[in-house]
Amino acid sequence: MADGATIEDSQVRLPPRPRRPVWYRRQSFDLLVFALLGAGLVWIAVHGAQSMGYRWQWFRVQRYLWRIVDGEIIWGPLIQGLVVTLQISAIAMAIALALGLVVGLMRLSGGIMAGIVSTAYVEVVRNTPILVQMLIFYFIIAQILGINRFWSGVLCLALYQGAFASEIVRAGILSVRKGQWEAARSLGLGRLDTYRDVVLPQAVPLMLPPLAGVLVNLVKHSSIVSVIAIFDLTTQGRTIVSDTFLAFEIWLTVAALYLVVTLTLSGFVAWLERRVATG
Amino acid sequence: MTAAPMITMTGVNKWFGRFHVLKDIDLAVAAGERIVICGPSGSGKSTLIRCINRLEEHDEGRIVIDGIELDEDTRNIAAIRREVGMVFQQFNLFPHLTVLENCVLAQRRARGTPRKEAEARAMHYLERVRIPEQAGKYPARLSGGQQQRVAIARSLCMEPKVMLFDEPTSALDPEMIKEVLDVMIDLAGTGMTMIVVTHEMGFARQVADRMVFMDQGRIVEAASPADFFAAPKSDRASLFLSRILTH
Ligand SMILES: Nc1ncnc2c1ncn2[C@@H]1O[C@H](COP(=O)(O)OP(=O)(O)O)[C@@H](O)[C@H]1O
Ligand SMILES: [Mg+2]
Repeated sequence: MADGATIEDSQVRLPPRPRRPVWYRRQSFDLLVFALLGAGLVWIAVHGAQSMGYRWQWFRVQRYLWRIVDGEIIWGPLIQGLVVTLQISAIAMAIALALGLVVGLMRLSGGIMAGIVSTAYVEVVRNTPILVQMLIFYFIIAQILGINRFWSGVLCLALYQGAFASEIVRAGILSVRKGQWEAARSLGLGRLDTYRDVVLPQAVPLMLPPLAGVLVNLVKHSSIVSVIAIFDLTTQGRTIVSDTFLAFEIWLTVAALYLVVTLTLSGFVAWLERRVATG
Repeated sequence: MTAAPMITMTGVNKWFGRFHVLKDIDLAVAAGERIVICGPSGSGKSTLIRCINRLEEHDEGRIVIDGIELDEDTRNIAAIRREVGMVFQQFNLFPHLTVLENCVLAQRRARGTPRKEAEARAMHYLERVRIPEQAGKYPARLSGGQQQRVAIARSLCMEPKVMLFDEPTSALDPEMIKEVLDVMIDLAGTGMTMIVVTHEMGFARQVADRMVFMDQGRIVEAASPADFFAAPKSDRASLFLSRILTH
């Protein structure tokens, strides 16, 4: 990159990198490990069920996913539960991310009240069981605010994961070097512009991997809304099992459905990361 | 000098906790004047110039820039940041933006300049620092000397009346120092008011109207370069000079 670089040179944004071969090798190793683990788990389940004298009846499961009546597809309770789980998770994610950003910035603001309130929130949420939080939310806070069980569940999950998200936001912002703030200030950029145009674009790529973890946790923890009788995937699973005693088949199906959602989510964030990294 | 000075510091004191970092600083800089500040490391040079654009707050005394008093009033701080540009030792370019975007961002956000105009001005100043062909690259792909020249162009895009330089060549490999100093010498030729913290004594001789020597938070000596280099009045200054000139 000597001074004599041509215009063509200057259009090149990043050096080409040998992503494909590395990606391919790593991915196939992961797949191998995954396949071995999967085979092991299946073997344990089958073997365990056999020794318990369990009679597999997978053919009974499909109707809880979908049925075809008169050529029309009718979604079964598991899919309906999955939709509720997705709804709750999606809304809670949006709130959790917004909350994480606001609280993360509050903790960095240096203001005394903002600092006390945000620190108290994060510590209380992180140091009490989410099950207890859910019950307090439903039986106390929801009554006071007059909100229904769906929103109690959503808000409780958002509040819980928002606390973790705020820590990630804070750490991400702190990792941006001091000189960046000083350069922005010396150029006359205001606080908002500095965050939006200088700090966050550098901090967000660092936040994405841990935030993906928070979102996956949110989906998993959403199963806790079953304690306040929201008909999410877990509640539906429990209802079906108590009616049919298909414990193995239904719970394995439920787990697989959660897995599909969380893996899709991780994949999406990984894709986003790559996109952000290549600009 | 009849015109009001561009910068006036009177009785400025500053502490970091209990550490008295600036002691009774009095300094007046005329419009178009070029000041070089030197002194041992830790003597408060950076802190002094950072007080001028309010990256640091002074605790006592007054600082007036082009008639605007630096105080708690945030409107004054914003006004002064528009008039005072700063170049840092570590360049501090925005790594996620191209060279051109680095130069355009603050024009658009802090001045509301339309994009076309901001880009034209950015290219103008990139030509001034002699790297227009790097406009589309990201800073990480440039050499240190090129990055520092972009940083200078980025500041100039705000069309400041004063430019502050905090050891602009200290982080550079020796072979790149000259290209940055040449750009600064050019700039001095345009009549820009400049305050430069540097140990490049050749540059100081060539460009400075006045040398300011600091030690332990005080301005120990302020003199024309001819006088300062020929016969520093204080022992501390002559000791300092003998050290850096023999290096
Ligand atoms: N933010 C700060 N907090 C505490 N001490 C500081 C801070 N910045 C600088 N100092 C101290 O103030 C003194 C002067 O620093 P500085 O102005 O950077 O000196 P110079 O630029 O002349 O090397 C040094 O002893 C330094 O350690
Ligand atoms: Mg310094």
